[in-house]
Parts: sequence; C-alpha cells; structure tokens
Amino acid sequence: MSAIWIISAVMLTAAAIIVMFRILAGPSTLDRIVALDTLVAVTMCAIGTWAAFSLDTTVTYALSALALISFVGSVSVARFRVPDIRRNRESRYPR
Amino acid sequence: MNTLDIVTAVLVLSGSTLALTAAIGVVRFPDTLSRMHAATKPQVLGLLLVLMGAAIRLRGNVDVGMLILTGIFTLITAPVVANRVGQLAYREQNLQDQLTKDELHESTQGGPNG
Repeated sequence: MSAIWIISAVMLTAAAIIVMFRILAGPSTLDRIVALDTLVAVTMCAIGTWAAFSLDTTVTYALSALALISFVGSVSVARFRVPDIRRNRESRYPR
Repeated sequence: MNTLDIVTAVLVLSGSTLALTAAIGVVRFPDTLSRMHAATKPQVLGLLLVLMGAAIRLRGNVDVGMLILTGIFTLITAPVVANRVGQLAYREQNLQDQLTKDELHESTQGGPNG
C-alpha cells in the first residue's frame, strides 16, 4: 500500500513542477491563469492524497478554502486584468 | 489490504495520473484554448477521483462532509472560470482559422451589436 502513496506523490510533484514552467513562460496572462488553475488543482489533489494517506482530517478545510480562493482569483484576474495586446480597431464582440 | 483499500488506491492513482497528463498537456499544447482543454481534466475529474478515494479511506468520519462540499463547489465553479477565460481567449487571439465551427461568431453577426 505504501508504494501507491509514493507513486502518487512523485506524479503529483512532477505535475506541479511541469506546470510551474508554464506559469513562468506563458506568453499571455490567460496562459498563466490556466496554468495557475492547474497548479491549484494539483495542489488540491495532493492535499486529498495526504488526507487519505495520513488519515488526518484537519487538512480537508484547506481543500475547500483553496477551491474558494482559486475561483475568486481566476475570475477577478480574468475580469480586471490589462489586455496583453492592445487592438487598434473596434472589437467585434462587445462585453 | 481489503477491497476498499484497493478501490482507494485505484482512485488516487488515476487522479494523480490525470494531474500529470494535464500538466504535460498544459506545457505541450500550442495555444490557450488547447491548454484549457488539457487543464480542465484534473480540475474536475481528477480532483473528484482523489476526493472519492479520500472519502472512502476516511469513511465514518465527520469531515467527509467537507470533501463532498469541496467536490460540489468545484463542480459549480469550474464552468464559470472556463467560460470567462475561454471568451477572453477567443476575443483576443486570432483563432478563426483554427476553428472548424465558429458558433460565437455566427451568433454575434446578426445581433444588435454585430
């Protein structure tokens, strides 16, 4: 049973490191939002795996806090950010 | 190691596999919409699998309710984020030549603002 936890931890750590590259290198803000959402999802998977491994239920509150904060953060960044490319012509698609 | 432990192991391992494949997809895919396609897999399905595994292992505990609450909240909020980010990506990047069907463009053409 302990091999399963080790394999899962290695995969989640590798996923977090790989996603970190996209957060650093993403060409636009939207790519960084998507990568940050993925990183939060990987973190939540890791916390859930930790709760299943250690039978410690105090971390489950961090799960729902992370879900709330990632939603509010992504929506507010997508709403209030400065666009990367400033178009000269009028946008075809009104808000 | 009984049956429930095996079920827990399968659920947690498949959730971790989804997280790893999504991370590879986020790095490898060329544009934002493709990256969103890859990124939404562990956001909902992978997280739900891991939460189900944790709930099976923590069965009988009071805090299983918090896991269920997290799953429900993720199910509600993931489409909202995907809608906002996808609309912004469509509006700012030139994706028209890559799309096989562009229903947003068709629906905004004949409208009052089109």
